[in-house]
Amino acid sequence: MPELYYSHAIREAMAEEMRRDPRVFLLGEDIAGYGGAFKVTQGLAEEFGTERVRNTPISENTIVGVGVGAAVCGMRPIVDIMFQDFIALAMDQLVNHAAKFYYMYGNQAPVPLVVRTPAGGGRNYGPTHSQSLEAWLIHVPGLKVVAPAFAADAKGLLKSAIRDDNPVVFVESKLLYGVRGEIPEGDYTIPLGEAKVVREGDAVTLIAYSRMTIESLKAAQILSSRGIEAEVVDLRTLSPLDIDTVAASVEKTGRAIVVCEDCLTGGISAEVMSRVVEECFDFLQAPVKRVAALDTPLPCSDVLERAALPDANKIVAAVEASFAAYP
Amino acid sequence: MSQDLRAVLRDMLLIRRFEEKLDDLFSSGVIKGTSHLYAGQEAVATGVCAILRPDDMMTSTHRGHGHFLAKGGSPSALMAELWGKATGPSKGRGGSQHVADYSIGFLGSNGITAGGLPIATGAALAAKMKQTGQVVVAFFGEGGANQGTFHEAINMAAVWKLPVLFVCENNQYAMSTRYDEIFATPTIAARAAGYGIAGEVVDGTDFFSVCEAIERGATRARNGEGPSLIEMLVYRYYGHSKSDKCEYRTREEEAEWRAKDCIGKLQTHMGLSNEEYRTILEDVDAEVEAAVEFARESSEPEIEDLESALYA
Ligand SMILES: Cc1ncc(C[n+]2csc(CCOP(=O)(O)OP(=O)(O)O)c2C)c(N)n1
Repeated sequence: MPELYYSHAIREAMAEEMRRDPRVFLLGEDIAGYGGAFKVTQGLAEEFGTERVRNTPISENTIVGVGVGAAVCGMRPIVDIMFQDFIALAMDQLVNHAAKFYYMYGNQAPVPLVVRTPAGGGRNYGPTHSQSLEAWLIHVPGLKVVAPAFAADAKGLLKSAIRDDNPVVFVESKLLYGVRGEIPEGDYTIPLGEAKVVREGDAVTLIAYSRMTIESLKAAQILSSRGIEAEVVDLRTLSPLDIDTVAASVEKTGRAIVVCEDCLTGGISAEVMSRVVEECFDFLQAPVKRVAALDTPLPCSDVLERAALPDANKIVAAVEASFAAYP
Repeated sequence: MSQDLRAVLRDMLLIRRFEEKLDDLFSSGVIKGTSHLYAGQEAVATGVCAILRPDDMMTSTHRGHGHFLAKGGSPSALMAELWGKATGPSKGRGGSQHVADYSIGFLGSNGITAGGLPIATGAALAAKMKQTGQVVVAFFGEGGANQGTFHEAINMAAVWKLPVLFVCENNQYAMSTRYDEIFATPTIAARAAGYGIAGEVVDGTDFFSVCEAIERGATRARNGEGPSLIEMLVYRYYGHSKSDKCEYRTREEEAEWRAKDCIGKLQTHMGLSNEEYRTILEDVDAEVEAAVEFARESSEPEIEDLESALYA
C-alpha cells in the first residue's frame, strides 16, 4: 500500500470528491494559492480554479453561513476554519443555522456542509491557536463531529463527510499532518459513526481519538513491556458516538481509561465516561479514569504546554494507578 | 396595471388581516408562544415581490409573516405553523420565527437577528456558480444592521459581485431602542459607500418607490454588478412582540406614521371606491378564516418524529 501524509490524505480526499462531484467546492481564508495555513489545500486551486477553491475575507461566521446558504441551494461546500479556536467566531452560524435548518424547517432541505478545522496543541502556538473545542460541538444536536487519527481514516472519513447530507465538523490534528500512513488504493470510504479497535489487549481499554489514539498506542507499548496488554479503541467519530464498540471492549477488559486532548471539565472524556458507566457498570473492576488536558488555556512555553497536555507517560501512570488501587 | 394593483392591494390586506387575526389568537391564548407583527411595512414585502421573479429567493427575519405571504406562501400553511401543527411548512417545529418554504424560494424566517444575511449570500453564491440568474433578497431590520454579519456578508457579496439585495427595513425601533441611540449616521444606506456598492434610502410606505428601488437593484444584480443596500423607511404599528406596550414611543408619532399608511396610500392612488375596497377585504377575510379553520383542524405533530427527524 502507498503511504501518504495525513495532510495529503485529506487533500486527496477533497480532490477526488471534487473530480467526482461538481457541486463540491472549498471556501476559506488563504486556501487558494497559499494552500491554507497548513498547506492542506496546496495545489487544489491550480486544478480546480479559484471559483471552486475560493479565498474569503477573514469573516468566520459568514464563511460558515455562506456555506450553509450554498448547501441548502444544492451545493456541497467544504469550509476551512484555519484554527479550531476560531470556531468561536462561527458558532452562531454553526449552532443556530447549520445544525438547526434541516430540523426546524421541517426537513425541507438538507445541509450538506463540511467544516474542516485543525485542533490541538503541541506546537507552542499559545492559547488562541491550540485549543481543542470539539466538546462544544458534540453538544449541538444536528452536527456530526469526526476526528481521525490515521491518514487512511482521514481520507475515508472525509470522503464520507463530503457525501453526507448533514453538517459535519471534521477535526484535524495539527501534529498529525506530518505523519505518514498507509492508504488503501482506489476510491474507498469509511462510514461515519464507527469506532475501531486499533490494538487488541485484555487488561484495560484505552479510549481515545485523533492524536491521543497515537499516544495511547505508545502507552500500550510501554505497558506491554510491563506485562499489561491494553486494548486501544479509536473513536474516529465523536458524534454520533459508537458506544457499542467501546462497550464491547470494556466488557472484555473490565477496565477503562478515557484519553482526550481537550481539557477535563465538560470535555469529550466526560461524555465518553458517562456512557461507559451507563453501559458497562456491571463489568467494571475499577473506576473509570480520565486522562485529559488541564483546565487551563494552553500556554505557549514548551515546558508549560507539555505539563498541561496528556501524553503516553501520563496514560501509563493512570493505568498503573488503576491497577495499584484495584488489582 | 390596474388589475395588477388590485392583486397588490389584496396581498397587502391579506398580510394585515392575517396578522390582526393572529393577534387575536395569541391574545386569547389559542396560539402559544410569541410573534412579531409586520403591520405597517406591507409595501416593502409586496413591492419587493412585485419585482422578483418567482424563482428568486429571499431570507427573512423574526418579523417574517409578511415576507412569506408576499412571496406566495400559503396562509393556511403559515397559520398551521404558528399553531404548531404538523401541516405547517416546518411541521410545527419552527413556529413564527422559523418558517421556510424552499419550493417558493423562501429560505426561512430567522430567530437570530441578522442571521439570514450570510445565508442569502451563500444562496447567491450558489446561484452564481450554477448560473441560474436568480437574485436573492436578504431582509433585516435596522437593529440587525449593527450585527457583524451585516458587515461580513455585505463585504463578501460585494467582493464576489453576488446577486444579493440587502433590504433593511428601518422601522425606527429595535425593540425599545430608537434609531439615534444606536446609529451615529443619519442613514444606514450611507454605509454602502464603505463596501463599494450602491445604496439608497426609500420611502417604504410607498409601494411604487419600493418597486423602483428594487428594480434598480435587481437589474444591477442580474447584470453582474453585485449587491445593493436598500434602506426602507417604515414603522411597525404594533409592539415589538406580543407583550410590548410601546411605552418608549409617543401616540403622536404613531399617528403621524399611520397617516402615511401604505394600504391607504395605494387605495387612494387607485381611486378605489369604498365598495370595491370592501369586496377585496371580504375576500381576504374569507381566506384568513379558511386558514384559521385549516390550522384548527390540522393534526398535532407526531412525537415519533421528535428525534428521528434530526439528520438527513
Ligand atoms: C442575536 C440576537 N440578538 C437579540 C435578539 C433579540 N431580538 C429579537 S428582535 C430584536 C430587535 C430587532 O430589531 P430590528 O433588527 O430593527 O428588527 P425589527 O424588530 O425592528 O423588525 C431583538 C433585540 C435576537 N433574536 N437575536
